[in-house]
Amino acid sequence: MKALVCVKRVIDYNVKIRVKADKTGVETENVKMSMNPFDEIAVEEAVRMKEKGLIDEIIVLSIGTDKSQETIRSGLAMGGDRGILVKTDNEQIEPLNVGKIIQTICKKESPDMVILGKQAIDDDCNQTGQIVATLLGYPQATFASEVKKNDDNTIDVTREVDGGLETIRIAIPCVITTDLRLNEPRYASLPNIMKAKQKKIEVVEIQTFGIDIKNRLDILEVNEPPERKPGIKVQDVESLVNKLKNEAKIL
Amino acid sequence: MTILVVIEHDNNTIKQSSLSTISAAKKIEDNVEAIILGKDMNSAVNDLKKCDHLKKIYTVDDKMFENPIAENLSSAIAKFIDGKDFSHILSPSTTFGKNMSPKLSALLDVQQISDITNIISSDTFERPIYAGNAIAKVRSNDKVKVITVRPTCFEPCGKNSEIDSQELVLDIDVNGNVSFVKYDQSKSDRPELTSAKIVISGGRGMQNGDNFRLLEGIADKLGAAMGASRAAVDAGFVPNDWQVGQTGKIVAPDLYIAVGISGAIQHIAGIKDSKFIACINKDEEAPIFNFSDYGLVGDLFEVLPQLEEKL
Ligand SMILES: Cc1cc2nc3c(=O)[nH]c(=O)nc-3n(C[C@H](O)[C@H](O)[C@H](O)COP(=O)(O)OP(=O)(O)OC[C@H]3O[C@@H](n4cnc5c(N)ncnc54)[C@H](O)[C@@H]3O)c2cc1C
Repeated sequence: MKALVCVKRVIDYNVKIRVKADKTGVETENVKMSMNPFDEIAVEEAVRMKEKGLIDEIIVLSIGTDKSQETIRSGLAMGGDRGILVKTDNEQIEPLNVGKIIQTICKKESPDMVILGKQAIDDDCNQTGQIVATLLGYPQATFASEVKKNDDNTIDVTREVDGGLETIRIAIPCVITTDLRLNEPRYASLPNIMKAKQKKIEVVEIQTFGIDIKNRLDILEVNEPPERKPGIKVQDVESLVNKLKNEAKIL
Repeated sequence: MTILVVIEHDNNTIKQSSLSTISAAKKIEDNVEAIILGKDMNSAVNDLKKCDHLKKIYTVDDKMFENPIAENLSSAIAKFIDGKDFSHILSPSTTFGKNMSPKLSALLDVQQISDITNIISSDTFERPIYAGNAIAKVRSNDKVKVITVRPTCFEPCGKNSEIDSQELVLDIDVNGNVSFVKYDQSKSDRPELTSAKIVISGGRGMQNGDNFRLLEGIADKLGAAMGASRAAVDAGFVPNDWQVGQTGKIVAPDLYIAVGISGAIQHIAGIKDSKFIACINKDEEAPIFNFSDYGLVGDLFEVLPQLEEKL
């Protein structure tokens, strides 16, 4: 079996982001970038399946500028076999178009499983996996917290849904999106980082796809969120209860 | 313009998230219609008929909708709207909507607008990005706007109406490549996290699952829902669906009490819209104090029993 794992380069989750003064977006110059944390979980899951002998090859795909090669390399260092970069200058391709690009790649590579993070922590859209599944006509299992391959050509996926856990059975080929508790991604070892440098990354220009990647949404402005007014420290439990009763009038 | 709201329900009652989505729809336009797909869902439909603002209700009762399989739901809704001119399709931004709605957008070849928190006009909306650390104002150029709505940002609609429903038969094939196996509902007698007036959450500082009993007593007295940080959930102290934050539940109660939680941006993302935030933390430098109206520096193991007693 072959797995395609999609990874996105985003501002590192530890960075406190800054909105640009001209309100056009968020400052990305000189900011630490990393692989989207949910995508790390996606790579890890594929690598674990490969270690169990369920998968033969892992392709790590990213759509982005040249710099996204670094993100692909991190995926290869974790255990991916080869990379594909779909190169573009537009850093903000919308999920629908990302979905169409992944669909085209899938037509060429015919993966048995497409694994993606459930959302990217920059635009917080939570769409791409669902779109890819729809365009390809593959069944989807989103927000996965457990993935179990059955003896036949099906997979049982436990999903984190509001109010509990849902289990569904999907047939291969399929799309899986990962939630936080699916696994804990490994740190790539130094030898594996070195080895990853030898692995192949194929670079394809986005123009060759013949997909109209024009955005459908105009971002009119990006603003700071409204600030909460500063609060106070209370001395003891008594004054806390007092404040909640008399000032907040909640209790 | 006519708006279609896709209703989330459990075949018995409709979810509060749907009531908020109806309110959001009404803010865009007066012509609001709703579709509900399920199996043996008479009581859910009766519940829906009482909802304010709805001009029409379409019901689809079929075995294939007994459980919310996204493939079946999205195909059926796409089939239903084909040839009609709905301007907007709204779903709640819950795991139900997040799972299903992007599929609908792909079938219609439009770009979904996820998790809107404010409506500027019929084509312009605000939505949080970067875990709510920035707010984007976006305008959609698509003919049909497929949208998910953050429920906590819109008051639930009232239930003072009585309108008829229309039963539909939608001829679609059941997707044979996906089947429902089971649903393990986490049991709780407490109010739902996302609709409770008061929420009390514990973090890594609670040290273990047993210690959450210290919060239970207080939750009982306040009629509060219980939540947790990711660290507490990952450590196995409490069930997964208690997680509050960017990737867990977004809450906006009148009062949020954070106990032994440091206040990471991903956690704050889920609580920022609370009316009041109180916290208990022994580290006076913890970021949570910057977001709290009332902060108490202290050891939770001493503070919580006192708090329970004083309430
Ligand atoms: C992609 C991604 C998504 C994430 N999504 C979420 C999310 O949705 N929700 C979420 O919560 N987190 C999320 N996180 C994790 C987040 O970054 C933090 O790691 C997490 O919120 C920390 O939880 P915590 O505050 O309980 O633990 P800690 O940060 O360890 O804080 C524990 C606090 O308890 C206090 N404490 C300890 N003992 C006591 C005591 N006896 N009395 C009083 N106080 C005490 C300490 O002073 C400390 O401030 C996400 C992270 C990533 C990378």
